[in-house]
Amino acid sequence: MRVIILLFFLSSLVFCPTVKSQDLLSFEKFEELEKALVKENDTLYVINFWATWCAPCVKELPYFESYNNEVKNKKTKIILVSLDFKKQIDSHLKPFLKKKNFSSQVVLLNDKDYNSWLTKVDDEWSGAIPATWLIKGNRRLFAERDFENVDQLKEFVNSFTNQ
Amino acid sequence: MKMIVLVMVFFTTLFTTNLPEEVGYKPGNKATDFRLRSVDGKMYSMSDYKDAKGFIVVFTCNHCPFAVKYEDRIIELAKKYEPKGYILLAINPNDPEVQPADSYELMKVRAKEKGFTFPYLLDEGQKIYPRYGATKTPHVFLLDKKLIVKYIGAIDDNAEDASAVKEKYLENAIAALDKNQTPSPETTKAIGCSIKAKK
Repeated sequence: MRVIILLFFLSSLVFCPTVKSQDLLSFEKFEELEKALVKENDTLYVINFWATWCAPCVKELPYFESYNNEVKNKKTKIILVSLDFKKQIDSHLKPFLKKKNFSSQVVLLNDKDYNSWLTKVDDEWSGAIPATWLIKGNRRLFAERDFENVDQLKEFVNSFTNQ
Repeated sequence: MKMIVLVMVFFTTLFTTNLPEEVGYKPGNKATDFRLRSVDGKMYSMSDYKDAKGFIVVFTCNHCPFAVKYEDRIIELAKKYEPKGYILLAINPNDPEVQPADSYELMKVRAKEKGFTFPYLLDEGQKIYPRYGATKTPHVFLLDKKLIVKYIGAIDDNAEDASAVKEKYLENAIAALDKNQTPSPETTKAIGCSIKAKK
């Protein structure tokens, strides 16, 4: 019996590279996040990199939310990737998410070796956040900028989808 | 003939004035000197340091939590490298009207609180950071004594936890410069707060 439990435990570790804690999906490596969330299909992924400590990021999250509510049921997926400090997940991020109750998917990326993965998003990303990444099929568009309203965000997305 | 010269002059001016100024430096470029006010009220330029072997120019600020994580490490770097001839100059690139926490007065407060031993300069009018191509805080540029850019990027590979750092990019780059070698890597990336400017 013990062996079975142990096997069960081990297999759950092996088959579950993402750690789910209190409904917050988190990833230790950028590649894991990309593999788990981004599929090469006809879905448009709107991926925003943010953190609770980044004021301009927090300011623009509602625009992503209202965009998400507009495009619901269409083949569009908004993913808000938090880059919060590990020590502030329980004290800042989780209470913030509870308060905001976002309809968009929120995930946590714990990959602190930024130099190893920022260029995998885009060569031009200097590392400033907020930053937004659009993916559809094998196409990508990245912008290191913030949005001042939902129309600016839509304009950015349309510049990608109307190509 | 005069006409041709005139046309040539016209085109040269046209193209030179069209050159984008805000492209930012890459390793190997010569960086501009500056004359900026520090928290002690005095103006500082790199040319003031006649015997310097190099300069560590750190774009940082008061408000950015990611920059604050590096404050103690910046203080240590200044203490460690100044006696070795590498002068650390911190520059706040933010427009205080956009980010009031980064005002000159509050820079003075922060410098005093933390006991900064290095100049903490305000990029008044925001003329310097675009020329360097700084986009965020913190953002480091290592220059040799001739102001040639040797390294651009992060201080190390772990902002959150100084004790968990595996690679000290900036210190490795200084060591390479000290041996007259090319740093490897010459550039690194890390996240940070975007520089605040009016739109």
